Amino acid sequence: MNCRRMENKILGYVDGRLKESERLEMEKHLATCAACRLRVNEFRAVTVLLDELPVIAPSSAFDIRVHARVAAEPAKQSWWAWFTPSPRVALAASMLVLAMVWVGVRTPEHPAIAEQDLPVVNSGDYDVISSFAPLADLSQAPSDDDDNVDANTVRPM
Amino acid sequence: MARSDVQLMLDVKAGDEQSFALLLHRYRSPLVNFLYRMVRNREQAEDLAQEVFLRVYRARADYVPSAKFTTWLFRIATNLALNSVRDNRYQRMEISLDAPVTVDAEDGDEKALDVAEKHPNIEQHLIEETRRKMIRHAIEKLPEKQRAAVLLHKYQELDYGEISKILDCSESALKSLLFRAYETLRVELAPLVAQQGRQ
Repeated sequence: MNCRRMENKILGYVDGRLKESERLEMEKHLATCAACRLRVNEFRAVTVLLDELPVIAPSSAFDIRVHARVAAEPAKQSWWAWFTPSPRVALAASMLVLAMVWVGVRTPEHPAIAEQDLPVVNSGDYDVISSFAPLADLSQAPSDDDDNVDANTVRPM
Repeated sequence: MARSDVQLMLDVKAGDEQSFALLLHRYRSPLVNFLYRMVRNREQAEDLAQEVFLRVYRARADYVPSAKFTTWLFRIATNLALNSVRDNRYQRMEISLDAPVTVDAEDGDEKALDVAEKHPNIEQHLIEETRRKMIRHAIEKLPEKQRAAVLLHKYQELDYGEISKILDCSESALKSLLFRAYETLRVELAPLVAQQGRQ
């Protein structure tokens, strides 16, 4: 076993996760390779150092918060629950039907208008333009002599 | 005899809320510690751990024991942690060197240190605190995936198969990842490693 091949097994050797055959092969190599022996010792030192970090305890409210969040979860329904009659849905549907019936009963029918009550206009006898009162007032154009001149009107020079 | 994780989860699936409480009790501390070492913020670590348990609970109906429970649990936790680390990368504040020394930054309480009152051997305490800080910083400096691999390997003592499933890589890729991570730690912690060698 050369040093390059050893790289990926060095950690397994340090933490005792190698197979027996791999471990024996590694020890055979270590017996002849000072560089790899040093590497093994340094990796061991690193794992010991990592043990120095203290373990923290979750806060006292942690469990309460998790249980509260779990309790707030909506109850999970299976797909067939969709077909199960729900009292709330049934009530809402009945209310809707009742409302539609009530609206249908209350709406008055359009009053019938007899044909003789409709005004008849004979277009041949009726001058729409001249009969229109506002237009009749404009039949004479205003003269310049009018005293009552709009202040905004611009007079010609 | 204590029920296995898988059995507890199957009981949760069957509607037994008490089994969920047992799983919570069994894994809250490992999860909070793992997440704390990933995100370096206690409050955030607890929020993420809560989210992990909530996701486990939500998935109970579809749970199939196809893998170890811890693989599933830490896969959820790792994914949440990696996303959180990436989201916070630009928001994280560097700890100022001028900041007052604290009793133990590890416990998240930034209390000013009254060394003389609480620690008669001030020098010893400061040495230990400096060592811990160096170790924490060395872990923190690892790329996220390497950090997750080291934490799962060292502190959760998961086997290579489980860690490779959690990190979604092959076992040989994981071994290379771990080797690179321990190499970085060996270099970063060289003064302490040399000290350790002399002991």
